[in-house]
Amino acid sequence: MGMTIAEKILAAKGGRDVVRPGDIVTVEVDTVILFDNNFMPANWRDILTIRDPERIVVVMDHRVPAPNAMAAGAHVTARAFAQKFRIKRVHDVGYDQGISHQLVADLGYGIPGTVLVCSDSHTCSAGVFNCLARGVGGPDVFYSAIKGETWFRCGETVRYQLTGKLPKAVTTKDAFLQIAGKHGAHATMNVEYGGPGMASLSINARKTLTTMSAELSAEFATFEPDGVLIDWVRSRNSRPFEPVYPDDDAQYHDTREVDLSALEPLVAYPDTVVQNSRPVKDAAGTKIDQAYIGSCANGTLDDLELAAQVVVGRRVAPGVRFIVTPASQLVYREALKSGALEKLADAGAMIAPPTCGACGGGHMGVIGPDETCITATTRNFKGRMGDPSSKVYMGSPATVAASALTGYITDPREFLN
Amino acid sequence: MKFTARVWKFGDNINTDLILPNVAFYLTPQEQIKYIFRANRPGWVDLVEPGDILIGGKNFGMGSSRPAARNLKNLGLACLVAHSINGLFYRNAVNFAFPAMECDGVEALFDEGDIAEVDFESGAVKNLRRGQILPARTIPPQLLKIVEAGGIFPLLEQEGLIAPKA
Ligand code: SF4
Repeated sequence: MGMTIAEKILAAKGGRDVVRPGDIVTVEVDTVILFDNNFMPANWRDILTIRDPERIVVVMDHRVPAPNAMAAGAHVTARAFAQKFRIKRVHDVGYDQGISHQLVADLGYGIPGTVLVCSDSHTCSAGVFNCLARGVGGPDVFYSAIKGETWFRCGETVRYQLTGKLPKAVTTKDAFLQIAGKHGAHATMNVEYGGPGMASLSINARKTLTTMSAELSAEFATFEPDGVLIDWVRSRNSRPFEPVYPDDDAQYHDTREVDLSALEPLVAYPDTVVQNSRPVKDAAGTKIDQAYIGSCANGTLDDLELAAQVVVGRRVAPGVRFIVTPASQLVYREALKSGALEKLADAGAMIAPPTCGACGGGHMGVIGPDETCITATTRNFKGRMGDPSSKVYMGSPATVAASALTGYITDPREFLN
Repeated sequence: MKFTARVWKFGDNINTDLILPNVAFYLTPQEQIKYIFRANRPGWVDLVEPGDILIGGKNFGMGSSRPAARNLKNLGLACLVAHSINGLFYRNAVNFAFPAMECDGVEALFDEGDIAEVDFESGAVKNLRRGQILPARTIPPQLLKIVEAGGIFPLLEQEGLIAPKA
């Protein structure tokens, strides 16, 4: 009986021939990412030894540039830690800063067939690179950095078989909302993406699916490897690797087809992402105070260019705050050079520095009492982006941009056809 | 490990933003506890007494990786029994030594305010008022060791791998 991608990596990294659902496996960890929240006073514990500084990455992303003295203090602690252990991969405010999951893509930190952990729940994002990555707890990260290993419980795997091609103005965010709306939570299970439809999707587009898999409560989200993926990693990281394909006779909990060509723009209604998606036209006309594009799910160059295409030559509706947050400094520079940021700024968008920002309700666009926001980020939990009485709808960057123009939730096909 | 106390019931899909909202990140652990369930059940933390037991529905602790389990432990809750527990929350519960077990259909076993007897060794969850019992999934032995040691940090401290808390 064969294994899925997650099972094969767990087996290889755990020194076993076979891993099956239900097994608890101790695995070697190849990459450990620490980010600014780990260094906050309530979370930080002074580490006296680490296994291998080459395996560590330090990122300032949730609170940059520091919004207050405590966040600034956490950054000071992070820098001291990095210096003490001579960690080379440090992403401080400046040239190569970004949201950790975007840096993993920008710099090829997610290596096929390896294990990557970080105590941010969207770490499964790196699964787009055929990497076994997941968000763990703060203590897990300390443990992994110190000991070079951690434990995982293997769950069953649901396979999503992508077919067809996305219609214009429809994105993988809509594909995700379709999956989350129809199938709900995948708690204790892995998700695996593959199929002929993936060939038409860029890495950025695929990454939205693995990142958003955190919202399915999935354990691991992995993509089947292909040439596009292998080239992406090879051109960014010289480390050798072996991509991991699922066995032909792998056992899945279920295999579900997603026909990309049959999708339409969707939004998740406020307070939860799962089983809460509806066609944009159902929500059309809902008045908004803020439109936000950014995060580890939708702050890529593709996302910014799509939004720019929607708003080019137009102006944001009066009374609407349109905030755009590139996911990394690299994406920022690319979007500057491609002209996307110019089009967005000309339309009236405020371009924020790469940071988690208001995605996590931290800063740079937190919303107030009774306000409504439409967001292309990861989560719309009650109170997530600000006041508990605020309402957050979630859609694709195209839907958010179209809504910014009209001041109401709007189908992007009105502007892209 | 066995706990007998009053239960509080919360439903399905309780997320960790509700247990530890972003605004509380800058506070001390003792201040953070005041923010638990502020968005969905304001005032609740003032009603909780040390040793009380939390009963949850499906996918308890979904969402962010923040140390929500630690916050519930700091509030003085004895343990959590939920129909199902999110994988990431479960890791944090083990790592911060907040005992948590999954028990199919546990919500229907209790009305809020009932007295529960929760036995982590045998996995029995009992409603003392009704006399009914349900079986729960016990914590696997290698993880139970971490819980009994007080969590990951005390373990690393004992081994001299992290400095004692200042
Ligand atoms: S962008 Fe949002 S979801 Fe992504 S890591 Fe930051 S806070 Fe988490």
